[in-house]
Amino acid sequence: MNALEVHDLWVRVGDKLILRGVDLALEPGQVHALMGPNGSGKSTLALALAGHPEYQVVKGRAFLEGRDLLALPPYERARAGLFVAFQYPPEVEGVKLREFLRLACGERGKGFCEFQRIFPQALARLKMEDFRDRELNVGFSGGEKKRAELLQLYMLRPKVALLDEPDSGVDVDAMRLIAEVIKEMAAAGTAVLIITHYPRLLEYVPPEKVFVLLDGRIVDHDGPELAWRIGEAGFEVVRK
Amino acid sequence: MKKHGARLSKDFVEQLSWEKNEPAWMREHRLHCLEIFEKLPMPRFGPDLSELDLGDLTYYARPVEPVQSWDELPEELRRTFQALGLPEAEQKALAGLGAQVDSEEVYRSLLEELRAKGVIFTSMEKAVREFPWIQDYFMKIVPPEDNKFAALHGAVWSGGTFIWIPEGVEVEIPLQAYYRMQTEGVGQFEHTLIIAERGSSVHYIEGCSAPRYSRMSLHSGMVEIYAKEEARVRFTTIQNWSKNVYNLNNKRAWAYAGASVDWVSGSLGSKVTMLYPTTVLLGKGARTENLSFTFAQEGMWLDTGARAIHRAPDTTSRLVSRSVVQGRAKSVFRGTVYVAPGARGAKAHVECSTLLLSPEARTETIPILNAENDEVELGHEATVGRVSQEQLFYLMSRGLDESQALSLIVNGFVSPILKEIPLEYAVELRRLLEMSFERAIA
Repeated sequence: MNALEVHDLWVRVGDKLILRGVDLALEPGQVHALMGPNGSGKSTLALALAGHPEYQVVKGRAFLEGRDLLALPPYERARAGLFVAFQYPPEVEGVKLREFLRLACGERGKGFCEFQRIFPQALARLKMEDFRDRELNVGFSGGEKKRAELLQLYMLRPKVALLDEPDSGVDVDAMRLIAEVIKEMAAAGTAVLIITHYPRLLEYVPPEKVFVLLDGRIVDHDGPELAWRIGEAGFEVVRK
Repeated sequence: MKKHGARLSKDFVEQLSWEKNEPAWMREHRLHCLEIFEKLPMPRFGPDLSELDLGDLTYYARPVEPVQSWDELPEELRRTFQALGLPEAEQKALAGLGAQVDSEEVYRSLLEELRAKGVIFTSMEKAVREFPWIQDYFMKIVPPEDNKFAALHGAVWSGGTFIWIPEGVEVEIPLQAYYRMQTEGVGQFEHTLIIAERGSSVHYIEGCSAPRYSRMSLHSGMVEIYAKEEARVRFTTIQNWSKNVYNLNNKRAWAYAGASVDWVSGSLGSKVTMLYPTTVLLGKGARTENLSFTFAQEGMWLDTGARAIHRAPDTTSRLVSRSVVQGRAKSVFRGTVYVAPGARGAKAHVECSTLLLSPEARTETIPILNAENDEVELGHEATVGRVSQEQLFYLMSRGLDESQALSLIVNGFVSPILKEIPLEYAVELRRLLEMSFERAIA
């Protein structure tokens, strides 16, 4: 069974129709890429699937391991195993990263003992030991925020991970680290979708499948070579 | 004394004093206060009190007779106190406990070892009858001329606690009082007087609640604390009055040389609260901390504050407030610091932060810092934050439902205050917060 299936998804934000019939399937344990120019609707797809109230689904369906995702409130989608790494994670003053993750892990069925065990491991894996008692994303640099998203992914072990530009604002060392963590998550069974407009991160994590989103529709999908073609010649290669 | 329908008049006040078998000085004090009450205007600042009809209150009610053990209480009240965890707390965490329903105390206990050390923990009425010297202390910190509700309190006060800690005695575990308003339309006017002699220490905790009625009720308690040289007093109040209660209090302390007085106030309920715990730092090196947490919800106006009056050299004060406002509600924090000309080397810090959970929520902070000499250190910080939809959605996208997400944000915000509250009460506060969010979201 596919981990995530999206059928003919139409989404609008305010009066503006952004997604116009997206079809997508993600397989467990595989890395997928969603590419597309700015404004093509990549983030909209991730946020609509996560249940952001401003992203209204006009039409279409989505299933997480066969479960009707769109019928669930955002937190139930997360509890069912959906994870979205935000392109711009908000800063949440007063909330300790640790406290937040403890609660979130609890909702994913991880008890306190398990949390106590895996939290230090995850901090070490993402090289974020110093962030243990920090407030959630508060004062983090762009790159640190991306690593913190990956830290959450690593802790929560979702079935489906939609990673919205995990590579933007990240230096080469952090990029390698992020790539390794993504591979590790896929190897453990998570269906990963990397959303990006550069093929750079994909060189470190070659995707098994590449989707291209243009003007709210998936216009092409293929193996990793599609990403390299886009890297060389831009999105012109898919504009037919 | 009629149990219900007692209205305010000279006759009523005289009868109240007679029923309580008070010495003449107290009867005269009451009548004097009544005269002042009639002359003074309503407060000219703060919340709208126009719906509070002082002519329509029941000024005395005694729905329950005092008992020696919890089992003797009427079934309903016993269950209420049990649900509030009072008998359990008495066993596990308290050195003494008093419980008052409407105008009179219904239960009181004190650990034998404290009694043996000379600690007095008794009803205010009993203390007035037994200790004539109390007249040198009673309403000397807050005189009736101070404000209309102080005068009203002085005229009709009933119930409350007298605590005397002998020199050098340190009471390690807290003493507690619980106030319940049970009768519809009642006024509750308990008087708490704490005298901590030289080098002694005590922590006193007050809890308050009431069932909800459509008629307005008034709670107008008064607290006076004398912390003698090097004494330490901490006074914690957690009020969760129902939304038909006007909660207008006077709380004030005198701190002598080297003494410290801490006020910790959690205001979660009431329709209107006016509460400004004040410490007058009378002696060299006295210090005070004033920690306030308010949670204003739909329809509430919580007008709180803290005052530190530095009258002696090398005195320090720290006033910290955290307010959370949800729905169409308002919180106001008035942080006042006054430093007298002779109070050289005084240090004061005022810090107030507000978190608004809805677009309609309103807040105001009104700091007044006034130093009459140059050798002082004054600091002031104020912040207002809003919980954004983006923050909430972000937390929800990780599996937290809305009330979990809000609680997490609010808990983080108020943690500087919560960590000062005894653990059991902090847990209870968190639970109350979570319940409020669940209600508000539903």
